[in-house]
Amino acid sequence: MITGHLLSAADLSKDEALNLLSTAKELAAITDGPNKKLPTLRGKTVVNLFFEDSTRTRISFETAAKRLSADVINFSAKGSSVSKGESLKDTAQTLQAMGADAVVIRHGSSGAAKRLADTQWIQAAIINAGDGTHEHPTQALLDAFTIKQHLRNDKSDLTGIRVLIVGDILHSRVARSNVLLLTKLGAQVVLVAPPTLLPVGVGDWPVEISYDLDSQIEKCDVVMMLRIQLERMADSFFPTEREYSRRYGLNSARLAKLSKSAIVMHPGPMNRGLEISADSADDLKSVIIDQVKNGVAVRMAVLYELLGGAQIGDSK
Amino acid sequence: MIKINNAKLVDNSLVDIEIDNGVITKLGKAAGGKAKDGIDASGKMLLPGLVDLHTHLREPGREDAETVLTGSVAAVAGGYTSISAMANTNPVADTAGVVEQIYRLGKSAGLCDVNPIGAVTKGLNGEQLAELGAMADSIAGVRIFSDDGKCVADPLIMRRALEYVKTFNGVIAQHAQEPRLTINAQMNEGSVSARIGLPGWPAIAEEAIIARDILLAEHVQSRLHICHVTTAGGVELIRWAKQRGIQVTAEVTPHHLLLTDELVENYDPIYKVNPPLRTEKDVWALREGLAEGVIDIVATDHAPHPAEDKDCEWQAAAFGMVGLETALSVVIKTMIESKLMGWKELVDRMSIKPAQIAGYKTQGQSIALSSVANLILVDPIATWQVERSKLHSKSRNTPFHGMELPGLISDVIYNGAQSMIASKVVKVASGSNE
Repeated sequence: MITGHLLSAADLSKDEALNLLSTAKELAAITDGPNKKLPTLRGKTVVNLFFEDSTRTRISFETAAKRLSADVINFSAKGSSVSKGESLKDTAQTLQAMGADAVVIRHGSSGAAKRLADTQWIQAAIINAGDGTHEHPTQALLDAFTIKQHLRNDKSDLTGIRVLIVGDILHSRVARSNVLLLTKLGAQVVLVAPPTLLPVGVGDWPVEISYDLDSQIEKCDVVMMLRIQLERMADSFFPTEREYSRRYGLNSARLAKLSKSAIVMHPGPMNRGLEISADSADDLKSVIIDQVKNGVAVRMAVLYELLGGAQIGDSK
Repeated sequence: MIKINNAKLVDNSLVDIEIDNGVITKLGKAAGGKAKDGIDASGKMLLPGLVDLHTHLREPGREDAETVLTGSVAAVAGGYTSISAMANTNPVADTAGVVEQIYRLGKSAGLCDVNPIGAVTKGLNGEQLAELGAMADSIAGVRIFSDDGKCVADPLIMRRALEYVKTFNGVIAQHAQEPRLTINAQMNEGSVSARIGLPGWPAIAEEAIIARDILLAEHVQSRLHICHVTTAGGVELIRWAKQRGIQVTAEVTPHHLLLTDELVENYDPIYKVNPPLRTEKDVWALREGLAEGVIDIVATDHAPHPAEDKDCEWQAAAFGMVGLETALSVVIKTMIESKLMGWKELVDRMSIKPAQIAGYKTQGQSIALSSVANLILVDPIATWQVERSKLHSKSRNTPFHGMELPGLISDVIYNGAQSMIASKVVKVASGSNE
């Protein structure tokens, strides 16, 4: 059982992560039935505090909380007092006064979730739903869940699985959380990117690095394509979209080189035709829709463990 | 008249001194025994008052963070008898009018010398020289010019500034930060920034400007001062320049002598500073550079900020740390306790050399007959715990809160009058007080 907050994939021990994935699996089985709703979190209030636009992550958390019967408040920065200059501290204290039990926060500033957890601004359980270019731990959990679902049986970890994470590692919170979690679960992780999109200091990470997708594509079990943002081109991280797509995009030729059992993942939203071709996204190897579905189950498990357990608040 | 008995000098001799009319009038071997009157300095070091060449006093413009008066009080509390007000105020100190205003505010506070630093370029815009001559000729007599907070990035403007200040023996103090390499930079670029996902401020962005400006200073035969050096590579470049006889001096801050980027891990903006905290390797290179004299002086880069500018998420927070009141203790801890240098060198790096660079004639004098009495008494062994709520500065943003540090200042004498007695800052005859 995890307690306190979920700020980083590094917060979870291997056992905690595996237990959380089994809880998610049980919850997924229940919500696949005719009555999708559980009474577990009745009377609890979950606030989705989103300072950045993210329809997908927000509705995934919202669905997860509602399926556990929690009350959900969506607080988005646009059109709120936040856009009028209210500080994170004042927003947090407002939510505290309103009795939030959990705050799911998405923020453009790396470390924002950690700040909420470390300061005395608010007592609620904090769940990091993406902080700047730092982490997005529930994305890593749903990715691990999806990999297990397709490539491993119930009990085992991810030992022996080779995962390529391809694209803008430098700015990716998905990559950071996945590196931490997947390697903890025993997977081998290979980061594939042009050197401009790898952080200085990446040499300390427990991963392999490659600049060449073609040399890696045949020997992996999972290929995870990251979204590339077009403004990176304007900042000269790569010359043109087409060149990026040719060198680092997943196209049908590369798809054909994947091993038979390999799966294709993408955290979404996709730029079809840029980092991933339409036929790759829609191929039988693609598990992108499963990722979305699993996201709800994994987030239910996180809310369930953080809010449902008796130990909540222990780490405060 | 002030008498000080049984004080220890940096050469370990024990002396009795008398001060009258602002100068040392008697200096002799300590008589020993219990003196009838005067300050009993047994167990204490007598040092010339400290001189800071890098102080943000925020007035005019941000009097909520600091004023010339509150900054002066903090200076006395830290053993400084002379501070240098950085130009990045609002309005910017880029005209004779503004530097004279700051100079007068310093005079009316009357607790220590407040020497304005003039901006190099108008409005710190990096494009057009400010009226350097007018600031030099003003009653403030400005000799140090700096766009600190911003780098004079345009090499042509930097060249012209270096050349122009030769007229009045001025010096350009460069904040070395290549702007294109530090867009949106938040912390040292390295393994910590990679892990915690904050945009990096690479060492090379400092070193590239240091290298360029050293060569410019050599070419035009002018004086260059490098503000707050933070990298091992920067120390190397300055060592090389000095070997070539280039007129370059450099400073290091106390916080860069003690703290590293590992502290950023928890995203507490108290550790957000520009230039950023670097690695352990850099810290050791800076300490060795300071001991060797490659880095000439310690400067505080005292940068007060109101609470709301630090009580927020990392990216929204302001860069900077207060430092006047902890500087001496941090230097004792990092340089003397580590046996890298002794008290004689400390006095050189914190008083004599800064006064020489800036041309502050009444400061940084040796303790001798007829010297102007700018003096401090320090118990070198006693320790104190930094408590942010007890700082004299108007701001509380110290990264040393809770630390136990060596070196307790008990008395400060400014121009022959006591501005601190028994570790309390007091009114001096000519000015207002705390």
